[in-house]
Amino acid sequence: MQAGLHNGLRSGSLRGLAFKAARCKHTAVSAAKSSVIRDIHDKITSKECTAVEVTQRYLDAISKTDPKICSFITVDADQALSQARAIDAQIATQGTEGIKVLSGVPLAIKDNICTQGTRTTAGSQILRDYVPTFDATAVSRLRAAGAVFLGKTNMDEFGMGSSTENSSYKATRNPWDPDRVPGGSSGGSAAAVAARECAAALGSDTGGSIRQPAHFCGIVGLKPTYGRVSRYGLISYASSLDVIGPMAHTVEDAALLLNAIAGADAHDATSSGQPTVDFAAGLLPAASLQGGSRPLAGRRIGLVVETLGEGVAPEIDAAIRAAAEHLESLGAVVEEVSMLTFSLGLPAYYVLALSEASSNLSRYDGVRYGVRTAGAADLPSMFCGSRGEGLGGEVKRRILMGTYALSAGYYDAYYKRAQQVRTLAQREMNFALASFDALLTPTAPSPAYR
Amino acid sequence: MQSSAWAASAPASRCAALLQPLPHKLAPKPFTAVSNMYHFNPLTTVAPAPGAAAAMCSSLGSDTSLFMRPLPLSAASSPALWGQRVVCRSAATVAPPTQTAASAGTEVEYEAIIGIECHVQLLTRTKAFCSCPSEFGSQPNSNVCPVCLGHPGTLPVLNAEMVTLAVRAGLALGSEIARISKFDRKQYFYPDLPKGYQISQYDEPICTGGRLEVEVDGQLKSFGIIRAHLEEDAGKIVYAGADRLSGADYSLVDFNRAGVPLLEIVSAPDMRSGRDAAAYGEELRRVLRTCGVTDGNMAEGSMRVDVNVSVRPRGSTVFGTRVEIKNMNSFSNMQKAIDFEIDRQVSLLRAGRGSDIVQETRLWDEIKLVTNTMRKKEGLADYRYFPEPDLPPLNVSDEFIEQVKASMPELPAAKRARYLSLGLTRGDVAVLTDEIATSQLFDAVLALGTAVKPAANWIQGDIMAYCKEAKIGMDALAITPATLAEMVSLIENGTISGKIAKDILPDLLQGKGNKGVRAYIEKQGLLMISDEAAIGAMVDKVLEANQKQLQEFRAGKTKLQGYFEGQVMKESKGRVNPGLMKEILLRKLNGE
Repeated sequence: MQAGLHNGLRSGSLRGLAFKAARCKHTAVSAAKSSVIRDIHDKITSKECTAVEVTQRYLDAISKTDPKICSFITVDADQALSQARAIDAQIATQGTEGIKVLSGVPLAIKDNICTQGTRTTAGSQILRDYVPTFDATAVSRLRAAGAVFLGKTNMDEFGMGSSTENSSYKATRNPWDPDRVPGGSSGGSAAAVAARECAAALGSDTGGSIRQPAHFCGIVGLKPTYGRVSRYGLISYASSLDVIGPMAHTVEDAALLLNAIAGADAHDATSSGQPTVDFAAGLLPAASLQGGSRPLAGRRIGLVVETLGEGVAPEIDAAIRAAAEHLESLGAVVEEVSMLTFSLGLPAYYVLALSEASSNLSRYDGVRYGVRTAGAADLPSMFCGSRGEGLGGEVKRRILMGTYALSAGYYDAYYKRAQQVRTLAQREMNFALASFDALLTPTAPSPAYR
Repeated sequence: MQSSAWAASAPASRCAALLQPLPHKLAPKPFTAVSNMYHFNPLTTVAPAPGAAAAMCSSLGSDTSLFMRPLPLSAASSPALWGQRVVCRSAATVAPPTQTAASAGTEVEYEAIIGIECHVQLLTRTKAFCSCPSEFGSQPNSNVCPVCLGHPGTLPVLNAEMVTLAVRAGLALGSEIARISKFDRKQYFYPDLPKGYQISQYDEPICTGGRLEVEVDGQLKSFGIIRAHLEEDAGKIVYAGADRLSGADYSLVDFNRAGVPLLEIVSAPDMRSGRDAAAYGEELRRVLRTCGVTDGNMAEGSMRVDVNVSVRPRGSTVFGTRVEIKNMNSFSNMQKAIDFEIDRQVSLLRAGRGSDIVQETRLWDEIKLVTNTMRKKEGLADYRYFPEPDLPPLNVSDEFIEQVKASMPELPAAKRARYLSLGLTRGDVAVLTDEIATSQLFDAVLALGTAVKPAANWIQGDIMAYCKEAKIGMDALAITPATLAEMVSLIENGTISGKIAKDILPDLLQGKGNKGVRAYIEKQGLLMISDEAAIGAMVDKVLEANQKQLQEFRAGKTKLQGYFEGQVMKESKGRVNPGLMKEILLRKLNGE
């Protein structure tokens, strides 16, 4: 498991994936220690195995594991194998010279990220038959980098939820313990990575939707800075907060994915024009940290006190403090910092996210695509019928609240006030980051719950 | 599409349903009459459902947690945002007309208050937020893409050309150009609105203020502009199964127009009559066409006007109830519609039925020449405007504005002043500046040294008549300014007669003289005959053939001279030098 390709290519067995429902508590799921992506890359370029073999192993793993975990809404085996064959053909004709680090690496894509020719539902019945005619920019960049797409992962409908129980298709289970939730809304991607049904995955994060499921499933998840990754092709929940990001086994894998997807995009006016860097360049191998090495000397890290203490599970509190100590042992100075706007963040987030969502989801009206109710007698019943049938309860609740917050007479009290809070929080965050290199907080107040 | 090993064994029946073949969702749904249109069926209610009506659908769960409470922050919220709208539409403010005035009888004099909202389609090559062509008249749903169809995941990207044209319009109207403006979402449900909201500008438009000087029946008037803002157009609904909305079986939507860039120009409520409004509209169109902002084609909908009309007793300072009129496809119709509406409202007030004037939208019926209720407004529509999060604020630099300023053409008012200074009459100036192509040809001919008077006469006389007859614009003529200038100079120097010029003008207008008018005339054998002997021979022939009239002339009926002149002209097929011919004819008539 630890050595070699993590789902057992060398031995031909599916070690680590071969848990059964009865056994899978406390058993074979374990975290990878070294880059899975580099491992696959090495095996393909050394011709130890073909890209088709790699992809087939993951497809086999999905067949075997996913009936239990339910990470995927759509698996597109034909497409994945044909992408893998293209890599093998390239190696056969041109050698391994042009093989990039993601060439032939099987990935899973959250189902709110558009994939040309492959159904994209955002976890909603209203898009149950929707097949995009274009790739999201993040997807087209991965495609250009040679990545293989296994399929589309389950999620809370339109990203609205944090357990993946709000998917209109099925509930995803936590591979470490099927009785627990995988988190959400990118729960399908997190579980697929943790269950080794893919080498890594794309998720999206509006208010924790990458970070929290990554935490619940014991993988690495990163919400990049807003604008770092193009949103073009990401089905909008809250436009001013939505970000696509990597979910992977290791920090290095996340960095390699981010390298491929980051950067300005002419299709997204809110994407950042700042040049990107090689996010994997500064990483040190864990082995180099032995023997009193202090690579973090001179770094200051702030431990946000509002995120610890009351309401936080003791094991979470302990883990964060242990992490702080570990960072100190590597040379960093860790200091407690208080951020007064912290408690205001959540209510402000909900007002803004729901306001934007109420607008973004107006397009699902049954006119051009998506579900249209049968036999409506007039226009209002067509709109209401299609949306009533196609959208789930949580989505409707959030649309209602967002619609209310933007209504005449309430705009100032809710939307505008929330924007003011956002400005304050931004200022405080910038202020804190002026004196600290990084801030340390738990991802969530508890581990994965049942 | 899906591999099925896992899914086939999925316990939930919903999962199994997913394995059905997926229809290709971009393909239009099947229907009968017109191909390539999105259809819905049937349609009985057309009023947009503003607000949450359509958003709030049935079957909510019970767990409605309340996230939103006003936050205990001290910063006072400013009412300016919402207040501004009322200021912008001051003509619209509802205040019932004073009943005392109405009941006082017929001696009360009323005045009308008229404001105009004008949507012009900007002359960009592509749409406002995607790269689809912005052209009119294509096959339904052929100029569309995922962005302008509002597909999931798509984002708008601002067309820079649209900003340039808005700045041009603002400069031409004397508006303040905002260095920073922003886009907002105007939200309502309607089948022709792909995203469920229109990207527009609400409280920070690109142009604010401005003025348009207009001559109305010889009197110079100045009408204020409140603002001009950028927005995108919606698609077009076609009612099928009947020739009008009522009775239609179903409706089809063509999204070619969805996302086409518009500039909405809102006037101050400064107009007092249909004539004022029409003059404002005509001048606005002329100015914007001159700047290349729009083609202003009202028939194709690239210029659409909505007018707000209210009346009040003269001297009153409050506004009467505003009525909006739509569906006017020409300025003369607009004038008639407004005058009808003023009469209607004044009659109601005089009859003591002022309360029958309600805030509503009325449609102009150009056959019956009346306005009819289209929809009553039940309270103010709540469009839930909020800042468009997909587009950053729009920054327009001083440098950019200077660049646009430097590229501005001469505006109609300046052109009129220049023509007047050339000694042309107001009437001539009005005709020559009405259409851009006319003044362009005129200026080009003047630039070649042609005298003002003949140039003006030819252009607004025979050439304009030709264009009217052929139903073409002056810019569609093949003649070059040089050809026209040469023709005028050939008349002036006696090479051809005015009569010949009139005869050959249609050929010249079709470009047949563009290689040199003189060469063309020689080839046609139309040079003026100035040879005395030749003229003398023609005169002799005419006198010979008209002995009776010659006797009468010599007996004293000298007014027959004109008759003889006509006969000689006819004999020469119009080519004879008129001065010389008259001289020789008179000599011979008198028997000299």
